[in-house]
Amino acid sequence: MEYFLQQLINGLTLGSIYGLIAIGYTMVYGIIGMINFAHGDIFMISSFIALATFLVLTTVLGFAFLPVVLLIVAIIAMIFTASWGWTVERIAYRPLRGSFRLAPLITAIGMSIVLQNFVQITQGARVKPLPPQIQGGVTLMEGSTEAGRIVVQLSYMQMIIIITTIVLMTLFTLLITRTSLGRAQRACEQDRKMAALLGVNVDRTISLTFVMGASLASVAGLMFLLLYGVIDFYIGFLAGIKAFTAAVLGGIGSLPGAMLGGLLIGLIEVFWSGYFTVEYKDVAAFSILAIVLIFLPSGLLGKPEVEKV
Amino acid sequence: MSATTMNPANAAAAERNSFQSSVKDAALAALLAGVLGFFFLGLRTDIAPGGLALSTRWSLWLTAIAIVFGGRLALNLFVFKTDRPVTGLLSVFTSRAGAATAGWGWWIGRLLFAIALFLPFIIMQMFPSQQRQLIDLAILIMTYIMLGWGLNIVVGLAGLLDLGYVAFYAVGAYSFALLSTHFDMIGFWTALPLAGLLAAFWGLILGFPVLRLRGDYLAIVTLAFGEIIRVVLLNWYDFTGGPNGISGIPKPTLFGMEFVRGDDGVAAFLGLEFSTIHRFVYLYYIIFLLAIITNIVTLRLRRLPVGRAWEALREDEIACRSLGINTTNTKLTAFAIGAMFGGFAGSFFATRQGFISPESFTFLESAIILAIVVLGGLGSQVGVVIAAVVMIGGIEMLRNIGFLQAVFGTGFDPTQYRMLIFGLAMVGIMIWKPRGLVSSREPTVVLKEKKKIGADMVSQGEGH
Repeated sequence: MEYFLQQLINGLTLGSIYGLIAIGYTMVYGIIGMINFAHGDIFMISSFIALATFLVLTTVLGFAFLPVVLLIVAIIAMIFTASWGWTVERIAYRPLRGSFRLAPLITAIGMSIVLQNFVQITQGARVKPLPPQIQGGVTLMEGSTEAGRIVVQLSYMQMIIIITTIVLMTLFTLLITRTSLGRAQRACEQDRKMAALLGVNVDRTISLTFVMGASLASVAGLMFLLLYGVIDFYIGFLAGIKAFTAAVLGGIGSLPGAMLGGLLIGLIEVFWSGYFTVEYKDVAAFSILAIVLIFLPSGLLGKPEVEKV
Repeated sequence: MSATTMNPANAAAAERNSFQSSVKDAALAALLAGVLGFFFLGLRTDIAPGGLALSTRWSLWLTAIAIVFGGRLALNLFVFKTDRPVTGLLSVFTSRAGAATAGWGWWIGRLLFAIALFLPFIIMQMFPSQQRQLIDLAILIMTYIMLGWGLNIVVGLAGLLDLGYVAFYAVGAYSFALLSTHFDMIGFWTALPLAGLLAAFWGLILGFPVLRLRGDYLAIVTLAFGEIIRVVLLNWYDFTGGPNGISGIPKPTLFGMEFVRGDDGVAAFLGLEFSTIHRFVYLYYIIFLLAIITNIVTLRLRRLPVGRAWEALREDEIACRSLGINTTNTKLTAFAIGAMFGGFAGSFFATRQGFISPESFTFLESAIILAIVVLGGLGSQVGVVIAAVVMIGGIEMLRNIGFLQAVFGTGFDPTQYRMLIFGLAMVGIMIWKPRGLVSSREPTVVLKEKKKIGADMVSQGEGH
């Protein structure tokens, strides 16, 4: 029981990170119907920006009060990552709007290769370790098993991640449902041409979608950096695939679906590693994806696609 | 307003105006480059004793900004914001060349075939000092051409987006490697059909559950399957050797004769002086043969009912179903046949390398093959050849260090920029020619009156 609870907490933490990345995929897919393959690498870029900012603040400028440092890091990472997201859309996707379906997918894969190799060349291929910054936690339960004493702990880091995710999701849902930007965004999602006729600036809305997706991914990047403390230029690939899997699992185009899918993927991965084998945790996540898609082709919360002739 | 009716003062003002806006735009681009590059070019984190250390490289950062400013300004002045863009000449030339060569597809194909047929001898005659590297490069390009043709059946003809093609390549390679290392009597030529069959079988197994999915869902599930196979290969130590891979895979033989020095080698039998190059030439002809078989089979299949069904499926699945075509079977055959050629190429890869490990079968490999197919022009066989030569050959040219070091100074290692340039080329070519280098995606059979597929319909996701 205690073990289960601990795994549950770990799974929710990991799932939050996946969920935040998955939002970027699902929004972009909803609005322009393409897999933004470079989104995982935007997440990777953000973790590098967060690391550099953190080092500048602590070692060069000598800030010591951690909450303020992390807040500044988060804001800077969001701004800079958002400009990366905007640029990728501007360079690689906007010229191909209205082109055939595979073209933006190829540029997205190309962009992903470019970002990975750009970071590898400029920052080096070796992993960058960051010592844990936030330590300690709250002990929820104590129990004993045959293996020894077991402590269920909710670390402060996990708390921060889960609370940040909840806050961001709330803000984001408000942004989508209550503001004119959100309205324009949903309008473009339903019918881009009609939205344009009614005076919605479609290009701007799509750019902002990328900016929002990248900002959420940047928070995920910062949290990944703090949680695992190790980043390299390749983390974006697997995290990106998992997050996309999450988006598809939850029903692509649906924002609550992306979060739910993220949590599910996180839980599946953690429980599989906890109870079975660590090596095959990716296999588990992908197999669940395949099974869900076969029986529920539009995902858990997605709207079934209507075929029009 | 045309340029001739414009009075000189207006024209001069417009020119000044366009110059100003060009500079402004270039300044914005430079600003953006500065923002984007700040943390990556300006700063660098490195592992140092006692944690991470930060170093600064302002000169690199400023250089990058200056390059972006200059480049964007030049583009604005000469391409984007002028009546007579420099590239106008180029595009006129390419469109004329395209129009003139429209009927030449058959001849270009024959010409390429003839060149490929004699390529090893051409190389040995013209570049005797580098013959090994060049033939090796030719083998590599030929492998990608074959993989591209195999994937073209799935993506180009049947219109099924497969992001996990490398899985079948891996199945082929591992089948041959495992068969030949466990059973002595199995050599390359006996294992080849088996590897193809096994890969086709896997294509069926993987294809069966996922073919109900459409478009991007199919793409992501095939990607997932590709990763699953790689992870299994990586972790199943007892069977696949895990990350250590399988080594000691036998080399291909010619009617049971090996390419070795001595009396029972091929060289002695043919009365030639022994040379290691013979084996490379032989390998080249094996992959050339396999590729040609792939091409011929594809071209013939396109004329069979199943090929017509593939193309019909790609054009309109719903219409296909209402005409009574069994879409599941049609998709499965495309998947299985594509997978089979992937398997052939895989076992060739295994015998060429003599060593395989899961490292060789990453998603990047799938992406490269898909890029070759799409950049070449979906469904175009010649396009695949051109794209493979441009992408693989062009990138490998970067290994030609001497020339580049003369330009950029010593200590410059171009090989690390290979994948960066590959990615940039993917993006660039796609934006330049979204339909691929050879865009002949028309159905093989059409009614006399062609249905026009307008840009607006394409943008709505139809006619893709």
